Amino acid sequence: MKRLIYTHKVQELVYELKIRDAAVTDVLTVPPETKMSEVRQILRTRKITAAPVLREGLLLGIVSVEDYINWLTLEGEDCPVSACMSKDLIVLHDDEPMIHAMKYFEKYRYYEFPVIERESGKLFGIITKFDVIVALLKALGIDYDRKEISYKPTHFFNDVSADRTKLVFTYKVSGNDIKAGGEASSRLKKNLGSLGIHPVIIRRVAIASYEAEMNLIIYAGGGTIKATLDGKNILLEVTDNGPGIPDIEQALKPGYSTASNWVRELGFGAGMGLPNIQNCAERLDIQSSIGKGTSIRITIPLEELKEVRKP
Amino acid sequence: MKLNALVDALNLETVSGESRLNEEVSAGYVSDLMSDVIAHTSEGNIWVTLQVHVNIVAVASMKGLAGIILINGRKPEDKTLEKAKSENIPILLSGLPAFEVVGRLYRLGVSGMQDA
Repeated sequence: MKRLIYTHKVQELVYELKIRDAAVTDVLTVPPETKMSEVRQILRTRKITAAPVLREGLLLGIVSVEDYINWLTLEGEDCPVSACMSKDLIVLHDDEPMIHAMKYFEKYRYYEFPVIERESGKLFGIITKFDVIVALLKALGIDYDRKEISYKPTHFFNDVSADRTKLVFTYKVSGNDIKAGGEASSRLKKNLGSLGIHPVIIRRVAIASYEAEMNLIIYAGGGTIKATLDGKNILLEVTDNGPGIPDIEQALKPGYSTASNWVRELGFGAGMGLPNIQNCAERLDIQSSIGKGTSIRITIPLEELKEVRKP
Repeated sequence: MKLNALVDALNLETVSGESRLNEEVSAGYVSDLMSDVIAHTSEGNIWVTLQVHVNIVAVASMKGLAGIILINGRKPEDKTLEKAKSENIPILLSGLPAFEVVGRLYRLGVSGMQDA
C-alpha cells in the first residue's frame, strides 16, 4: 500500500463533491434567433469560445467559434444561430459527482461541458477543468491564490484518475525582514497539511523550505520557492538572483557560515542551513554562479525512506 | 514529566500556549541558534533560549517542541507573542540565567538526551 494519502483525499472528494459545486452559473447565453454574423462580436466581448443557445432556459445547442468559421467558409447568407450551432451535445447534470465531469474531460477531450439541472431540464451552468480544480482546492482547504498556486490542469486530471496528482505552489520571498522570515515555509506547511500528507514528510519539507527561505532572506535579498508535488516526491526549487556561493563544498560543511555579525546575534548563521536541508532530503542539487544567483533543488520523497536521515 | 510541573517547580510565567501545559516533555535542549535547534531537537522537547524574535515560534512549531523557556527575564517581542498564541506554542519566562534553568530542569529529571 504505497498509495498516497493526499491522492486518497482528492479521490474521496471527487465522489463527494457534485458538479453543481464546481460549475459556473454566470454564463453568457444567446437566443436561437441571434444572427450568425453577430456571433464573433458576442464571443469576443466576453473572451469566450462558445455560448449555449437557450430558449426559455432549455438548451438547444452551442454556438462556437468553430461554427462561426464553418459558416464563414460556406459564404452563405446570414442565418440564425439555430441553423449553424452544434446540436449533438454531451451534457452533465448538476447532481452528478465531480468524477463524472473528470471522466468526460478525459473521454471527450472537450474544454467545457454544459451542465443541466436535473429537475427542470434547464441549463444550470458550464463546467471546465479549471472550475473542477478550483472546487477541489477549495474543498481541501488550500488557501487558493492565483498568484501563489499554479497547476497544469491536464496533468492534474490525467493524474487523479491515474493516482498521480501534480500540484505546484510558488512563494515569493522578499529579502527585507529577517525576523519575519519563515512566512513562506509556514504557508507551504499548512497547505501540505490540508493535502493530508504524512506529518513526518511535512516536517522535512518545512525544515528544508524554512532553511532555504532564511538563506534567501539573509544572503540573496529574496527569491522564489517553488514546491512541486507529484506522485512520488516533493521537489523544492529555490532560486535567487543573489551574489552566488563561491565554494559550494565549503558551504555544505556544518558550521561554516558567511553570515554577518548582526545576523548571528539573532541566532542565524550557525552554518547549519544547508546541512539541515541535506538531512531532510534524498537529493540536494546546488547550482550557483557568482554575481548571478543560486538555484537549489531539494527532493524529498513522499514515502518514508531509510536513506533519509533525521529529523 | 509534564510541562506544568516544570512551570511550577521553576516558577515560570506562562505567556502563551496555556492549553498545552499538560503535555509531556520528552527532553531538553539549550541553544540560541535556530538551525542548531532544528538539527538537534525532537518532538516534545523543551527549548531554553535567549532569542525573543518571531522565528523561535516557527522553529518550535516546525519541530513540534513542547515549549520555549526564555531566560534572564527576557520578554518575547509583540509579534512573537502573537504568533505563539496563534500557533499555540507555550512560551515560558524565567528570570534565571540559562545555566541555572537547565540545571534545575535536569535535577527534575529532564534529560538532554532523547532516549536517556
